[in-house]
Amino acid sequence: MSELLEIAQRVADAAAPGEQVEAYVLRTHETDVHVFGGEVESLSVAEIEGVGVRMIVDGRQGYAWAGSLDADVVAETLAEARDNAAFGAPDEHYGLASPADFADVAAPALDLWRDDLLTVSASEKVDLALALEAAVLRADARVRGVESASYGDAAAEAAIANSLGVAVTTRRTTASCAAFAMAGEGTATQTGSGFTAGRTFADLDPEAAARDAAARAVRLLGAQQLPSQRIPVIFDPLVTRSLLALVGGALSGEAITRGRSMFVGRDGEEVAGPGITLVDDPTEPLAFGAATHDSEGVPTRRVDLITGGFLTGHLHNVTTARRAGGDAGTTGSAVRGGFKSPPSVGARALRLLPGELSPEEIFASVPEALYVQSVSGLHSGTNSVSGDFSVGAVGLMVRDGAFAEPVREVTIASTLQRMLHDVVHVGADLTWLPGGAAGMTLLVGEMSLAGY
Amino acid sequence: MIEEAVLARTLGSALRHGGDFAEVFAEDRRTAGARLDDGKVEEFVSGRERGAGIRVVRGDTTGFAHTADLSEAGLLEAAEAAAAAARGGGGGAREVALERRDVRRPHEIGILPETVEKARKAAVLERADQAARAVDGSVRQVSASYADSRRRVLIANSDGLLVEDDRVRTRFAVNCVAVGDTGMQTGTEAPGRTMGFEIFDEIDPEEVARIAANRALTMLRARPAPSGKLPVVLRRGAGGVLFHEACGHGLEADLVEKDASVFRGRVGEPVASPLVTLIDDGTYAREWGTYAIDDEGAPAQRNVLIDHGVLTDYMWDLVRARKNGRASTGNGRRETYQHLPMVRMTNTFLLAGDDDPDDIIRDTGTGLYCVALGGGQVDTATGDFVFGITEAYMIEDGEITDPVRAAQLIGNGPDTLRLVDAVGNDFDTWAGTCGKSGQGVPVSSGQPTLRVAELTVGGTAG
Repeated sequence: MSELLEIAQRVADAAAPGEQVEAYVLRTHETDVHVFGGEVESLSVAEIEGVGVRMIVDGRQGYAWAGSLDADVVAETLAEARDNAAFGAPDEHYGLASPADFADVAAPALDLWRDDLLTVSASEKVDLALALEAAVLRADARVRGVESASYGDAAAEAAIANSLGVAVTTRRTTASCAAFAMAGEGTATQTGSGFTAGRTFADLDPEAAARDAAARAVRLLGAQQLPSQRIPVIFDPLVTRSLLALVGGALSGEAITRGRSMFVGRDGEEVAGPGITLVDDPTEPLAFGAATHDSEGVPTRRVDLITGGFLTGHLHNVTTARRAGGDAGTTGSAVRGGFKSPPSVGARALRLLPGELSPEEIFASVPEALYVQSVSGLHSGTNSVSGDFSVGAVGLMVRDGAFAEPVREVTIASTLQRMLHDVVHVGADLTWLPGGAAGMTLLVGEMSLAGY
Repeated sequence: MIEEAVLARTLGSALRHGGDFAEVFAEDRRTAGARLDDGKVEEFVSGRERGAGIRVVRGDTTGFAHTADLSEAGLLEAAEAAAAAARGGGGGAREVALERRDVRRPHEIGILPETVEKARKAAVLERADQAARAVDGSVRQVSASYADSRRRVLIANSDGLLVEDDRVRTRFAVNCVAVGDTGMQTGTEAPGRTMGFEIFDEIDPEEVARIAANRALTMLRARPAPSGKLPVVLRRGAGGVLFHEACGHGLEADLVEKDASVFRGRVGEPVASPLVTLIDDGTYAREWGTYAIDDEGAPAQRNVLIDHGVLTDYMWDLVRARKNGRASTGNGRRETYQHLPMVRMTNTFLLAGDDDPDDIIRDTGTGLYCVALGGGQVDTATGDFVFGITEAYMIEDGEITDPVRAAQLIGNGPDTLRLVDAVGNDFDTWAGTCGKSGQGVPVSSGQPTLRVAELTVGGTAG
């Protein structure tokens, strides 16, 4: 048994009669490098560890966490969780995962850990970040500076054990680097980002990230505001990724069972155009969010959320499935933002069923459209309950199948419900991206653009 | 938290291989909170985190390491890692003499959260739930949350500084969902203060709940927001986020130094309407972004950023200030000991002017009146910023008329600052969490009722 699982198991074994106890133990090694002007701006090396304990007793739930795995701190955390459980209201839906719940579901075989990341020296990581910064400056003479260039990696190991017999360990490595390029002078400045990510150092392609950052900044030079109008919108795969994450959030059992989702009461209904099939599939090895087990120790599986435009599923953890009732069971979709909060529920690897057309063919399919390279204010301008959607956008006009003049300081607006029905083409260019979803080029028939 | 002699030895060790500056930032943080949803108080969540971050600065390079082990052995190991990361060479043993400095607190904390029974915290949530549901039967769902934190920090550095602070914050939020013929809408209100449980002497949970419920109900009868340029009146308080985004971030010295701000090189120049005097004030008693010392040990200050339209100074942290041969402005902040500090805002606000808020609306003719905002975002290099409205109304013939649905507003910082053409004689603040490079810190923003002559409103109505 691993050291982390031993710690988790010891907590689970401390359950008194009538108590259900779950422990989540995490240890992460991280390196973070920022460079600027050809120098190392900062190099951080860190080990982060901690424990989160969930206690259910008399139908009441409590949670406590600590940023330490010292035996006495862990014991204190258990006692604190027990005390916290006394003050919540009883809710029959609280429950921990039980091995019987998923006896017929095998965890996917996934290889998410790369030993070789641990052998890469700090100076190699620094050199990669420096090379990335230099490559951005070299990529195009119009790039005047690099706002930031960074490298980061993490090796995370987790263990989950509960008093009903769940005992699971998971581990993963990740590495990424990213750069922000600045092109043009003063208020004519435009920015563009590029990144590369993988499971280890050797997966990274900093030259490609540098080319992206430079190209995305340079192609916006001279951008102007447009007059307000209704216009077809083509989303960059990165933006599509963020849109899918919003839709996935509204399909979480937590949002649905609490009446806080635009999809409440829409089961089986046509919620999107016929070309929209949305699944969450953490068993997909290429997905950055791939996982063998969810944050309650339940094996992950593919969940069909929207099929041919019809709402066919929700994402559930143990508690939201119980609350949903009927034949709903956990879908292995419990997620956690670390050990500091109890599990919630969410998507890890959303993707749309890709369409037939390449991005170029989508460009050529409309006389004129706005290509949205990036959006701003996603957290402040979208509401997954009402469906209201309004975000800042930068990008380029598309005419005759090619990029035309660049555009800035506009917003695009619609509702998420309408956008799902207005999708004309889903691109064939599915790309797995960090952030819980895959991206692809997407054409939405019409949105409101606000400018001057 | 840590003995003085241990701190001195840790700093000495951190500089063993050379370096210009070393620092230990230690903290002991306890948080507690509870959430109510669907009429029931869900689980209480509490947490504790202790640890130290050690940095070594050598030229333009910072090495950083952190540890949850506050023993001398743990600290020395982290110091060694930070020193190695700074790639120091040469050096040799260095003596650090620490001198403990007192801090002047902007205000005293009344009721420490750990002294308040959990049942009393739960009761606040239940009161909010009942008050929100009593507003109208269309309020179908209510969630409320309570969160407190106590963060004791210690900062010791190789300049000999040794200083401690004890920060207590409490936040309370209510979110309502209302359902009507037009679908579902939400309303949120989330005040926060640098206070203990005495926050509820100033903030009435029932009133917070009623604001959130009425906001959701109002949105049910909202018409689509306009699409295009309009005069925009921002009611006192909520609109402070406009300045936070339009110029606040662009006045952070780290971004200026990287030439990633449209305000670089503009100190002493007019950058805004003469009606604009913008302050960042970490000493503002009880406000959400307040502290006695920043996370580098510099006392919080009241800094004038823009004086009657003229840019007077940027905000500075210690490292950037040292490099420029000047003092920090007390704006070096970090989310936890696991993060490096950087330049951050505290409580950023516009000073009140002379205009009667009602006159500002009456003089507007046709425009948009914004009452609540949902946060924003800026690209400091281009100056383009957005912020979302979550409660707003049309102004027609100088009167406030129909509510409009949520929408994003977009503008360019330098342009927008020049377009401020009316500033009211009222004032209020608004609490939020500001994100920058992956770190979230509590900030507030504030302003009187004011008008921007023209902003692009991102609605869907022709």
